[in-house]
Amino acid sequence: MPLVERGQREVFCGLTGIIWLHRKIQDAFFLVVGSRTCAHLIQSAAGVMIFAEPRFGTAIIDERDLAGLADVHEELDRVVGQLLARRPDIRLLFLVGSCPSEVIKLDLSRAAERQNQIHHPKVRVLNYSGSGIETTFTQGEDACLAAMVPGLPASAADTAPALMVVGTLADVVEDQMRSLFDRMGLQVSFFPPRNSQAMPAVGPGTRYLLAQPFLADTARALQSRGAQHLPAPFPLGVEGTTAWLQAAATELGVAPEVFEQATAAPRQRAEKALAVQRQMLQGQRIFFFPDSQLEIPLARFVHRELGMDLVEVGTPYLHRQHMAAELALIPAGTRISEGQDVDLQLDRCIADAPDLVVCGLGLANPLEAQGITTKWAIELVFTPIQGYEQAADLAGLFSRPLKRRLKLAA
Amino acid sequence: MQLTLWTYEGPPHVGAMRVATAMTDVHYVLHAPQGDTYADLLFTMIERLPRRPPVTYTTFQARDLGGDTAELFKDAARQAMARFNPAAMLVGSSCTAELIQDDPGGLAQALQLTIPVVALELPSYQRKENWGASETFYQLCRHLVHKPADPSETANKPAKARPSCNILGPSALGFRHRDDVKEITQLLNQLGVDVAVVAPLSASVADVQKLAEADFNVVLYPEIGLAAAQWLQRQFDQPYTKTVPLGSHATRDFIAEVCTLTGLPQPAQDPSNAHAHWYAKSVDSTYLTGKRVYIFGDATHVVAAARIASQEMGFEVVGLGSYSREFAREVRDCGKRYGVEALITDDYLEVETQIQSLQPELILGTQMERHIAKRQGIPCAVISAPVHVQDFPARYAPQMGFEGANVLFDTWVHPLMMGLEEHLIGMFREDFEFHAGAAPSHLGSTRPAAENVAPIVAAPVSAPLSAPVATTTPMPVAAHAPTETLSTDSVQKVAAPAQAASNQATWSPEAEKELGKIPFFVRGKARRNTERFAQDQGVATITVETLYDAKAHYSR
Repeated sequence: MPLVERGQREVFCGLTGIIWLHRKIQDAFFLVVGSRTCAHLIQSAAGVMIFAEPRFGTAIIDERDLAGLADVHEELDRVVGQLLARRPDIRLLFLVGSCPSEVIKLDLSRAAERQNQIHHPKVRVLNYSGSGIETTFTQGEDACLAAMVPGLPASAADTAPALMVVGTLADVVEDQMRSLFDRMGLQVSFFPPRNSQAMPAVGPGTRYLLAQPFLADTARALQSRGAQHLPAPFPLGVEGTTAWLQAAATELGVAPEVFEQATAAPRQRAEKALAVQRQMLQGQRIFFFPDSQLEIPLARFVHRELGMDLVEVGTPYLHRQHMAAELALIPAGTRISEGQDVDLQLDRCIADAPDLVVCGLGLANPLEAQGITTKWAIELVFTPIQGYEQAADLAGLFSRPLKRRLKLAA
Repeated sequence: MQLTLWTYEGPPHVGAMRVATAMTDVHYVLHAPQGDTYADLLFTMIERLPRRPPVTYTTFQARDLGGDTAELFKDAARQAMARFNPAAMLVGSSCTAELIQDDPGGLAQALQLTIPVVALELPSYQRKENWGASETFYQLCRHLVHKPADPSETANKPAKARPSCNILGPSALGFRHRDDVKEITQLLNQLGVDVAVVAPLSASVADVQKLAEADFNVVLYPEIGLAAAQWLQRQFDQPYTKTVPLGSHATRDFIAEVCTLTGLPQPAQDPSNAHAHWYAKSVDSTYLTGKRVYIFGDATHVVAAARIASQEMGFEVVGLGSYSREFAREVRDCGKRYGVEALITDDYLEVETQIQSLQPELILGTQMERHIAKRQGIPCAVISAPVHVQDFPARYAPQMGFEGANVLFDTWVHPLMMGLEEHLIGMFREDFEFHAGAAPSHLGSTRPAAENVAPIVAAPVSAPLSAPVATTTPMPVAAHAPTETLSTDSVQKVAAPAQAASNQATWSPEAEKELGKIPFFVRGKARRNTERFAQDQGVATITVETLYDAKAHYSR
């Protein structure tokens, strides 16, 4: 049983998902309806990206909106009009709810409907919530994808089973996966798509693999459209990637020798590259603070393929069903924690004195200053880490801070 | 509602965090939803603090809203008290908690803590970061400052005691606050003034309690320290300095002001490290004369930078503005001194538009202006927050005092072409290393040359290598004339959209080639001036003659 904690949480809210989602769906714009804090958060998280005419922004609620002096919906009309005039290339607009908009019960679904009528057919308008009160970090992607599911085209009821990969993957990873499935003779669609005009179809024939562990609501929404989930570990490391591909291959009737032929070369290449990293990481003790829900699959990877010892694996939210295949691969008795009370968790962490701590940027430097080596977690979300070709890169993310510590100590 | 892509200031509770984090034994209990802890990383990453900011967040979630968020707040405050044992506590709400209307002040009072508790009212939907910092520091002073000992006792102080002052305003996440404090402390010490308390940066609660005991206050950053200084003056007759010692002139004024306040003798000479003044006089700086500069940032740094630019560097201030609405009047007054209308806005798109129309040769601004400048290919230096991690440097880099003036001289001149370099480029302008398409060295050799020209016109510049060497015969003025002779009134002409003009006049191949001989950093302007001239004169084809006619026209 995991340790379940409630208390102060040092985590991002779901708005942060916009940072990678907007890069994936190239004709979408994400308009947060929130406060200056929301704008400041996205700006701080996006860093330098903010200056490249990014496809996200904030409609800042001000006192006139709160006092009811301005009709919020009319205000939103004005802001959306202003935005779309400035960015005529936008075809899909997300109105993204925040804590302030949720607390004042601003009905963004109604607002989205209204905007849809105004801007149809050029722009489609959807809404979801990325608020901190409802979502933690990567759950923002879940909410976004779940909002898109009802609008996906329906595939014909009698079509043969088709494969869909669900969850944002870096384009380079997506291309690799597509080519692996090609070699197995499988047609595959990816969700979210790179362009809002190329939404994948969904229906009872759809079999979907989750590429990311944080997609509970999206999975539920796909299920309600008749799609079937293929349970599998997540495609991190050689083992995870192989098992993930295997789940699809088995379901869709790929012959074992075809599977072997398609995966043998990249698998061996990745194993060879991992062996180098393993020397550095074998026997090192690692502690994960909760951040993205990627922690359990990452812990499985570093333990089984790199020989690291797991001290604590924290996750903001544990979806037992989606995580079942992963949990089966984690040694029994591993301390898994769900939720957070950050001060207590820091006490545990310092008492455990792990060799490497995976945590957010708010904790990383303070822990380093106490002599504890850290790996900041957000990088694991922004960097391509899935699949065979990235397995060693992923391992490198863990070994680099340790290597650096050795170098500077020398 | 306001459409925002980028914001110069964070919400006011981030200002409060800046004050709490600056101090040594204050803890801030912030009623805020999950996610607002993002602000921690401003301090741990941008300022590279080796400790967590002293802030406890209640991090309430949706499921808490139906229940008792007030109890959640009380628990958080109680636990923060037990764990961190602060000497004073700040309590308040972030923007979302402001909406759910728990009362952190009242709730904290009910806990009957044994330490001073300061309740902050920070209206998140009206005010911003600097206001939040100022208000927090002011409230801390109101709650903490002790009445100084009886004046009769003060009179018994040994006659030889040196006058003392406090330094008010420096905070966490402040642009160069660390080094400014060091520089100004040294300067005051040399004058014979002791610095009693620096606050809020590095101050303890006990330090703040003693603020009224000093003879006067030095307000380094009015955005954060002025409200507290004014209150201290009202309450305790403690005067404060009005001059911010940014730049050599202002530093001298500041010294004079301190000497008037204390009755100390004014030093006859600048200290031996005051190099900036001589550097600006040295002949290599002649080329800086009349460089057109645009200034944007917080009010204090903008007003000071305008004075330095104009009086100490010999630039021409062609535009200025600030995002500090609280100090809009000061910035507008400053604008009037330089004959420009100040832009008061927090919308970077307005700043970008103004920069585009003014086409300055140097931009002094925040990291936002740095990016605008990069896009437009204009040299730029950072003078004000918000700044990114590289502007919290490891090396000593004050902005204030005489060393600060040295730092400013180097920082501002560096992105410009140094005089000697400019001269050499004029001399060897057909040389392979300095050919028409070469990028400025400070922008890196990999930068595609096209970027310099592309926004202005589509026509390619003729290949410079094939140009005849004979043209090294002098036209050195051509390089500089269009730039240096542009006065503020001709700016209006430049402001006209370049695109429209370029559509109307055609360049003859010879004129195009001649244009290519003008160094790239003024070529765009020469092109635009020529096209505007051609349009005004109704010339359809621009010849070499037209080019020189235009040059003569704008040189008048």
